[in-house]
Amino acid sequence: MLSSQIKSNDIVFGSCNKDLLEEIIFYGIGLGADFVEIFIENTDNSSVLAEEDFITSVSPSFGRGAGIRIFKGKKDGFVSTNDLTKHGLMRSVSQAIEMLDITDNKREVFNGLNKHRDYCLSKKKWINEVPSIHEISEKLLVSTKSLKKNNKIITRKGSYSRNLQEVIIASSDGTYVSDIRLHQTVGLNVIASDAQYRSSGSRRFGSSGMPNEFRLWDHEKAANDVFESSMNMLYADYVDAGQMPVVLANKFGGVIFHEACGHLLETTQIERGTTPFENKLNEKIAHESVTAIDEGISEGSFGSLSVDDEGMEPEKSVLIKDGILKKFISDRAGELRTGHKRTGSGRRQNYSFAAASRMRNTYIAKGEHSKEDLINSISEGLYCKSMGGGSVGATGQFNFAVEEGYLIKNGKLTNPVKGATLIGEAKEVMPKISMCGNDLELAPGFCGSISGSVNVTVGQPHIKVDSITVGGR
Amino acid sequence: MNSREITTQISKAADFLNLKKWDYGASFSNDYSVQVDKGEAKQLKASQKQILTIRVWNQSNLVGITTTSDISESGIKKALKQANIASDFGNKNETTEFSPLAKDPIKVKELKKRNPVGIKKLLTLLRGAEVKLIESHESIKSVPYNGLSESFFERVYANSEGAFRSYSKSQAALYLYARAEEKNKKPRSSGSVKLGYGADDIDIESCIKEASNKTISHLNYSSIKTDKYLICFSPESFLTIINAFSSMFNARSIIDGVSLSNKNSIGEKLSTEALNIYDDGLHEKNISSTPFDGEGTPTKRVCLINRGRIENFIHSESTARIFKTTPTGHAGLGSKVSVSPDWIVVEKSEENFDLKTSLDHSTYEGEFVYIEELNAIHAGVRASQGSFSLPFDGWLYKNGKKISIESATVAGDIKYLLKNIVNIESSQEVTTSGISPHIWVDELSITGDA
Repeated sequence: MLSSQIKSNDIVFGSCNKDLLEEIIFYGIGLGADFVEIFIENTDNSSVLAEEDFITSVSPSFGRGAGIRIFKGKKDGFVSTNDLTKHGLMRSVSQAIEMLDITDNKREVFNGLNKHRDYCLSKKKWINEVPSIHEISEKLLVSTKSLKKNNKIITRKGSYSRNLQEVIIASSDGTYVSDIRLHQTVGLNVIASDAQYRSSGSRRFGSSGMPNEFRLWDHEKAANDVFESSMNMLYADYVDAGQMPVVLANKFGGVIFHEACGHLLETTQIERGTTPFENKLNEKIAHESVTAIDEGISEGSFGSLSVDDEGMEPEKSVLIKDGILKKFISDRAGELRTGHKRTGSGRRQNYSFAAASRMRNTYIAKGEHSKEDLINSISEGLYCKSMGGGSVGATGQFNFAVEEGYLIKNGKLTNPVKGATLIGEAKEVMPKISMCGNDLELAPGFCGSISGSVNVTVGQPHIKVDSITVGGR
Repeated sequence: MNSREITTQISKAADFLNLKKWDYGASFSNDYSVQVDKGEAKQLKASQKQILTIRVWNQSNLVGITTTSDISESGIKKALKQANIASDFGNKNETTEFSPLAKDPIKVKELKKRNPVGIKKLLTLLRGAEVKLIESHESIKSVPYNGLSESFFERVYANSEGAFRSYSKSQAALYLYARAEEKNKKPRSSGSVKLGYGADDIDIESCIKEASNKTISHLNYSSIKTDKYLICFSPESFLTIINAFSSMFNARSIIDGVSLSNKNSIGEKLSTEALNIYDDGLHEKNISSTPFDGEGTPTKRVCLINRGRIENFIHSESTARIFKTTPTGHAGLGSKVSVSPDWIVVEKSEENFDLKTSLDHSTYEGEFVYIEELNAIHAGVRASQGSFSLPFDGWLYKNGKKISIESATVAGDIKYLLKNIVNIESSQEVTTSGISPHIWVDELSITGDA
């Protein structure tokens, strides 16, 4: 199609855009693309911040944009734009084609888009069901007030954010999907101080697709938890560094598996040649007590999706079964470049990122032990009750801050300790996870990687690592 | 719409909605980037982005804000309406005003805006860099993290009292992270980042050389024994630490109770009298400089530490008013305006008689740990408590030998670190986040595997 024939209509959310999308895809295929994908997004977000006993920030935002991806062989060109007119989208296709320097005459066949898969039907009412700013503000203020339990608490914060994202995904394999995603998070933070001692405490909660969830959030319980954590750590000594056994708590303790192992099971890591597990499929990579799962289907979990950002319904992927590597997390490019089948894990922060293989709800499955079994099995070690953030280096080495830790002596929890960092490599640590508890719980988080920041859930039961390097003073 | 037309559009829409006081910040950008994998183009990207942030003041002088990427007539109207609604929840305890300096003249550096070289040339340059880096040493098997990009953007600030500022520029960036593998050894990786005003300004050869030298220098590695060591921070790693704890100089953080400093900390001795630290966003070596902040205040050089003592804090309009001073050009637009440093400059003052000048990273023959790069800053720094525990890349210098350190962290307290500076080398180095000499600190804890 010649650009002079382009009519000046726009993408309209909530309407059928099939003819327009087909024209754009035909245009890309006609110019020599092997594959054309269009991702269109409309967002409506707000955030509220309460500090001490006042609302100090209310920040709404909205926007629209499109990401166009063209494949030629294993190469891809990606163009993002805020221009949702047909002309703007065609121009983006042209730009992607030009970047890929397509010169051959081979033309793929595009048979038009399939029947529209509309995941929006039951979700259009969400925008009217989420709490109003007024309601959010009131509850946040009650929450920050609940944190004021003694005069050692010097800073109290409560924050809420709501992201509503409407997407249309269409591609030359016939995919034609619409979806609405709703994510809400609420967090509480405190800083405690007494003379030269300082500590902090924080907790974050989150859900997807549950407009009423914030109303059901137990702010009293959350405030008690944050307060107790900060008080427990206020006078804590610095931990002595060294090699020792550790017990990692459930919920957010799973961040270590997510960062240290989960990322290495994404096909983007195979593409880069940066995972030690590339050729280990069906081989033992972890202790036989470890079964690990990545899925996007748990109702309400922060990493759950009706459909991924490439139009595929998410599957439940057993990554590791009894210590044996069973599967990688794959997206369209990953399947093309590594041969691992897509798992409904093609995800992106927004239209300005190309989708990549990303985790969703990722956790170690529950075992048979109680938390006490794990702690009783250690004569001297560390209990990591609450984990902070962490990172994994280019060679697989990870490190994580322990936000709330306790020494274990003779099978009992003793003094709180601060300043601990867990350091290791997945390849070496995974075989050392020798005991898994029976108390699997999940926690929401944000994962930053090649395709931006996406909502995820991490999780695990309590687990015991026989030996790991603990950084301290 | 161009920036003048947007201003006119906002003004008209604000009049229609009876909004008398407003301001906005906007950015428009075109970005192009390439990545390669063993000579093949991997991902080629282009993006056009526009972001508009509008603030309005309601009749009670409370501020509301909205951000949007929809800069159409209807998008602007919707943004103004939403900001007006948000203003009902404006902060009654800390009002925000226009910066009193929003109309002051700004210092615009000599225009160094380049024209796009285009995706094809970016690809050719990056392919060549990847090949050279792999060929530079037999152990370097791949460059898994690489990218070359160029960006062209315009920033605008305007308000209802007639302030209007616009600034456009270009910037390019190259990063190369190589991976070296040797039999029976763990893979090692390191890299380099270079910035320029355009792709043709980037010193690609030095980026290749630096990435290669760094990666190769980590091939012979060993664990380190957990202990306290004499440390030499590279310019890059020292700047990382200073930036991580910049809340000590940040008036917003002080008001919010998340800083180690308080309103009375001006004059507090933090370090040796040999230490001076500035924030200098307009420094000639700062390729990312912008001449005004989110509130339209001109960017300027601020002395943070003078001869070891806190000299100034950095401010937005509202924090400056609370501290009874003037804004310093460090504000980020928001309903709660943020404050952040631009570009840190560390230097040795003339009061340097208490330094151990024999400590020089290139000649010192005693035992010390050289910290080349600190990692995982977001995880290992507790800025409000002053503590850090950070993994690092570096070497142990011992008995005339230099051995790369495997899997180690350095831990401590920022005030302890600053107080224990024992030497500041004379020669400064330019990095992507500022300028600093090598800094020596005594008795910091290192945890290793040995």
